[in-house]
Amino acid sequence: MQQPGRAAEIKANGIGKSFGSFRALDNLSLDIGRGEFLTLLGPSGSGKTTFLMILAGFVQPSEGKLFSDGVDITNRPAEQRAAGMVFQGYALFPHMSVEQNIAFPLKVRKKSASEIKSRVGEMVERVGLKGHEKKLPAQLSGGQQQRVALARALVFEPGVLLLDEPFSALDKSLRGQMQAEMKRLHQETGTTFVFVTHDQSEALALSSRVAIFNHGKLLQVGRPDEVYDRPANRFVAEFLGEINMLPVKGVRPADNGATGLCEDRAVNMRCKAEAIKGDAILAIRPEDMSIAPEASANQNGIAATAVASTYLGAATKLDLTTRQGAKVTVSVPNEVAAAALSKGNSVWLTWPAEKGFLLPDGGQ
Amino acid sequence: MRGTLSDRMGAALLMAPLLLFLVLAYAWPFLGVVKWSFTLPTPGLGQYHALLTDDLVQSVFIRTLRIAAIVTVVSVTAAYAITVVWVRGSPVQRVLAEFCILVPFWISVLTRAFGWVALLSNRGLINTWLQSIGFISEPLTLVRNEFGVIVGMSHFLIPFAVFPLASAMRSLDERVLLAARGLGSSRMRTFWTVFVPMTRSGIIGSAMITFVFSLGFFVTPAILGGGRSVMIAELIYLRIFQSPDWGLGAAISVVLVVFVGALMALLFRYVKPKQLV
Repeated sequence: MQQPGRAAEIKANGIGKSFGSFRALDNLSLDIGRGEFLTLLGPSGSGKTTFLMILAGFVQPSEGKLFSDGVDITNRPAEQRAAGMVFQGYALFPHMSVEQNIAFPLKVRKKSASEIKSRVGEMVERVGLKGHEKKLPAQLSGGQQQRVALARALVFEPGVLLLDEPFSALDKSLRGQMQAEMKRLHQETGTTFVFVTHDQSEALALSSRVAIFNHGKLLQVGRPDEVYDRPANRFVAEFLGEINMLPVKGVRPADNGATGLCEDRAVNMRCKAEAIKGDAILAIRPEDMSIAPEASANQNGIAATAVASTYLGAATKLDLTTRQGAKVTVSVPNEVAAAALSKGNSVWLTWPAEKGFLLPDGGQ
Repeated sequence: MRGTLSDRMGAALLMAPLLLFLVLAYAWPFLGVVKWSFTLPTPGLGQYHALLTDDLVQSVFIRTLRIAAIVTVVSVTAAYAITVVWVRGSPVQRVLAEFCILVPFWISVLTRAFGWVALLSNRGLINTWLQSIGFISEPLTLVRNEFGVIVGMSHFLIPFAVFPLASAMRSLDERVLLAARGLGSSRMRTFWTVFVPMTRSGIIGSAMITFVFSLGFFVTPAILGGGRSVMIAELIYLRIFQSPDWGLGAAISVVLVVFVGALMALLFRYVKPKQLV
């Protein structure tokens, strides 16, 4: 079992990386806390994997500094960083058995044969591979290979475990199972986990914090609920899940937040309007909107007409068009959706003031 | 290999001229050689019996196997180093390595053998140079012996040994090497415990090709061995063209072909043909 406190604390300071004229990472500063589960989230080419490779020591940053527990490791080669790493596609040693794969980092560290045996045995048990010790990677299923990769990366008790899209090759049910297992391993080992993914639901489900990347820039870091409910910009808002964007005019500060005109009706927002004045975008998640029979003066709301619905089992996704032509999607109980559709003419869309947030108009 | 029936028919048609040529130029005459081995000078297994008892034939066989084994080790080792540079070096190193691999193919085997004579003979470049710097007083015997044969044959075979190795190294997943380093393994250790074992099929293919080629070498050992280090192909030549003992020459040929065929069969049990190119 991992000693608490062995987990590493990492500090990236102004990290940048260029490949020729391509700017893969730009002026990235990020503190990764001891024992934290941080997800690097972004589309492909956003710089998240480049940052992970810089953390691992496989890629040398063009500028900036990297610290581990206060020690500058910017120029330390990968083999001396002692970061565990799980690669996309696992990168197991094909000529070594499960046991030999897991023992590799211990052999490199010249541990005694008895220690290697006991730690490999413990690790095999912990990831549920008992009975498969003598098999070669090619004889294992995808999920089992994944477990070997995790065991191999954790057996030497690294201060940080780096994971590069480890679940991308697994089918959906297996992925859910492995995610739960990884969460458990994180709690058991107490190690700092840095996890790269482009799957926003995976990021929200697993991490203690999410760092969102796009075009080589770190856009926002925060707890899953923070980045989901209060995205810093339009890209983050859209990347984390479906979201409705409504133009608002004449935004100005008001009691408890801000106020403005949406579809010619006054709407209230709980967020501060200092940074945003005049025209802006009001963003609301589909699950935060509901359908009301009629307008109410003290609640945010606009008129819209239901045009289509998608049955999702637990709820129905309803597509609507507002009077001014904006498209809105809401997630509502099945019977509400049916009623709204049958009504044909306009319904009333409402949302609580604290669920709508303002984004700068246009651009990112 | 996948493909529709007509695809396969087309491929068979395109290969037909080559197959026909091989049958007419090799298989058919070889059947004649097999016939000689059982009929000359008298019908029976006499030549195969002689082959098992003749001291000269036996010593040539053993020398051939020994030289082929040494040449294989030397060639595959040298080819491995060149291939690492060719496949994994910097762009400039790659171009240089490729040049070194391809240029020998453009120079005739005769030219290369005589080139080695010029370098290795008693009054050749190496001996004169070593004498001029006072390193040796008497010239070293570097040629017209087994050493010369091994040098010349290895030189010829290294480029052939490169291709199966290159194929194995190219198909290797780069991330596995990164994984080894990330787990704390030094570059040296990663090379020996991960890179080399993962290119095993290339090493086997390369060694087999080199060994099989070595067994049938004629020109290079004839020139660089100077008649003192006769290999099996030269012995066959001598039996057929100089001492009219066609039966024995034919029997040796048959044994050589069967032996090489068996080695190839063994090779293809471990390596797929496409891994060799």
